[in-house]
Amino acid sequence: MNFLLRVWRQANAKTPGKLVDYEVHDISPNTSFLEMLDILNETLVRGEKEPVAFDSDCREGICGTCSLTINGEPHGPDHPGAVCELYMRKFRDGARITIEPFRVGSFPLLKDLVVDRSALDRIVQAGGFISARAGSAPEANSILVPKHDADLAMEAAACIGCGACAAACPNGSAMLFTAAKVSHLSLLPQGLPERQTRVLRMVSVMDAEGFGNCTNTYECEAVCPAEISASFIAKLNREYARAALQRGAGE
Amino acid sequence: MIGRFDAKIPPGPLAQKWRNHRDHSRLVSPNNRRKFEIIVVGSGLAGGSAAATLGELGYRVRCFCFQDSARRAHSIAAQGGINAAKNYQNDGDSVYRLFHDTIKGGDFRSREANVYRLAEISNNIIDQCVAQGVPFAREYGGLLANRSFGGAQVSRTFYARGQTGQQLLLGCYQALCKQIAAGTVQMFPQTEMLDLVIVEGHAKGIVTRSLSSGKIESHTADAVVLATGGYGNVFYLSTNARGCNVTATYRAFKRGALFANPSFTQIHPTCIPVSGEYQSKLTLMSESLRNDGRVWVPKRKEDRDKLPGEIPETDRDYYLERKYPSYGNLSPRDISSRAAKEVCDEGRGVGPGGRGVYLDFADAIKRLGEQTICERYGNLFEVYEKITGENAYKVPMRIYPAVHYTMGGLWVDYDLMSNVPGLFVIGEANFSDHGANRLGASALMQGLADGYFVLPNTLPNYLAGQMGKRPSPDFPAFQEMEKEVRSRIEKLLNVNGTRSVDSFHRELGLLLWDKCGMSRHEKGLREALKRIPELREQFWHEVRVPGNGDDFNQSLERAGRVADFLEFAELMCIDALERDESAGAHFREEHQTAEGEALRDDENHAAVFAWEFQGDGRPPLLHREPLNFETVHLTQRSYK
Repeated sequence: MNFLLRVWRQANAKTPGKLVDYEVHDISPNTSFLEMLDILNETLVRGEKEPVAFDSDCREGICGTCSLTINGEPHGPDHPGAVCELYMRKFRDGARITIEPFRVGSFPLLKDLVVDRSALDRIVQAGGFISARAGSAPEANSILVPKHDADLAMEAAACIGCGACAAACPNGSAMLFTAAKVSHLSLLPQGLPERQTRVLRMVSVMDAEGFGNCTNTYECEAVCPAEISASFIAKLNREYARAALQRGAGE
Repeated sequence: MIGRFDAKIPPGPLAQKWRNHRDHSRLVSPNNRRKFEIIVVGSGLAGGSAAATLGELGYRVRCFCFQDSARRAHSIAAQGGINAAKNYQNDGDSVYRLFHDTIKGGDFRSREANVYRLAEISNNIIDQCVAQGVPFAREYGGLLANRSFGGAQVSRTFYARGQTGQQLLLGCYQALCKQIAAGTVQMFPQTEMLDLVIVEGHAKGIVTRSLSSGKIESHTADAVVLATGGYGNVFYLSTNARGCNVTATYRAFKRGALFANPSFTQIHPTCIPVSGEYQSKLTLMSESLRNDGRVWVPKRKEDRDKLPGEIPETDRDYYLERKYPSYGNLSPRDISSRAAKEVCDEGRGVGPGGRGVYLDFADAIKRLGEQTICERYGNLFEVYEKITGENAYKVPMRIYPAVHYTMGGLWVDYDLMSNVPGLFVIGEANFSDHGANRLGASALMQGLADGYFVLPNTLPNYLAGQMGKRPSPDFPAFQEMEKEVRSRIEKLLNVNGTRSVDSFHRELGLLLWDKCGMSRHEKGLREALKRIPELREQFWHEVRVPGNGDDFNQSLERAGRVADFLEFAELMCIDALERDESAGAHFREEHQTAEGEALRDDENHAAVFAWEFQGDGRPPLLHREPLNFETVHLTQRSYK
């Protein structure tokens, strides 16, 4: 298969970027999208040109490193799944494909298709954890968790932290990311002691990092490679309201 | 040699060694801990849990990872589960049995004392992870669920869907985040360790390069902990993430740390077969699939191009069930992998290129219904369909072995300290617990055991004598090392040849897979030892690394790693040649039983092979640590 690629090239955050056209030829339909970019880069290196910088690591959809916007869609057309799980057989031969980075104000661009997503780490640092010092844990089966709650917590915990939710959102909101962590931990009995402070702090850092608000467009859910349900955002709002009321009442 | 080559196994009965050792180890008092700076390189299960726990204890920790976030370390990709000797299923499990299974699974090439400690600690890990909120699978009554896994006859594996590694890693990432917020841990993402600095015989710091800005920096510390994972990517194609590399441990080796059993590499039996030349990685299909899937190939090679549905039951060879009736499809990884290679070598392999075997769920679907199979493995079936375009509910999966894990690593003593005082090595990066073959669901166990429970108890034993000995970064050893690192980068950038870094990596990988992969023989290893230095020579003359060093430069990152692989590969082959026996994953064709099973030579080779660097271009020096088995009786492994 042959493709015409329009790739965002930008040396660093200080210089302006632009879309540059490249052609790739004789690509097998069983090639993954990132392997197709590897092939492009091999050609560029052989032609003494600078290869395209793009992020990837596990290449099996779990580490959350890869972060491309393909034809305007974060992670490309094959949802649910990360870019590394996208295969060229999903495109028609001769297609013209535009490749851009995740575009979110809170993710500054480093180079070409690579952005800095450390804002997501800072949201977790604000409270996305359960304080359980190693050595102090009680016997595991002394904490009973109803299967339904454990399953639901797992659905939220499956988030891979890629940031596609924010990239897809017209407001650049990280609500789905934050909601997934808040929901995972507040659905479990172990997470209850810190329930109030957790949600208040995480939301406050999320706002401070410049992420926008949720206006229920559900773009986040549509592109999420881990199929995190937008209903967790409703849960985040409930958790937040509950915590704010409790705090207001001096509890 | 720097330091001492002494495993320092504590005296006393096996079951009491760890407790006795802790009772008599030195401690650092709480108000003194903040005076110590600890470097942890790597943020996976071992590094992340160690950094978080040391931070909780009050040490000042600097944690480094090459990924853009600590949460992306490759532990995240582990699918199946984590073992523990809880015996929640009342099926006869115990600490002793987990210990015994692990040491037998490793084909009696690991240390009794280390493995026993691992089994003992396994239960604390589950407690710890549950307390952190890891959403393990549950039964309807709210209790934890278990499943069985390859190489065991009990159900002792805890799991979170097919994403156990992810959930355990997020647990320790969150604990790490808490310590970062508390100020006890400073995190350096996108920062790669490029060398180790030794001051007066002690590991006292590292030199790093920022992958985003290219900045070279020295970091001093009172102790250095390497948790940098395995080196499976030396084969180019493996189930490892693209970034996994040997650089940190290999640099430490070149500075005097011993490298143990480098040839012990695990080939995982259930991966999606190779489909094309430009493939960048191989994808694992969790071993848990073997609980319900049946492995087979056609009995006759003429049938291999037929559709699987056209081959009647009588013409199928369920070779694992036939050869190993008591373990069947759950036989250990090394045995299952080799059996797959054998049937494909006989020409009975299926799929393009004939390198594949069927993993068939038809019987399980008939017995349990598609719904149940979907609940158990739905996500894996989806992954399989994404990659191959085939629906495994309708046609059997095709699988083939692929490089997955490395049992070898830097040599460590019982305290997990290398022969270089102050250099600790944990998780997959060390060699200690899995012998010649690792059983399923025990890598996660070892990473977390080392990080949460072993290292925090053994590190003070070293630190207690090191108060006030941390050098300043102006110390000449750091300046010299920075200079060396810079000149190496310059050298890579200035070759200015015509071939890409990946093309060399691919060639090295194919060579190793052929000569030092699932089976090895003297002639092949000697050929590899001749070819590797030639390839290395070519690399330094023909590689092309575009861009410069003071910038975000992914080609440069990869070039440095491949340069180290090109040296390390030689060490692997030397070790494989020297180990003139078969053991676990190390199968020397010269040494096999009449049935084609691995034949150990306990008299001469019941030992750890620890290699010491002797200078570029000179053969490494072998040190042998004899393995003394006080409790376990060495037997020919039998899974029949």
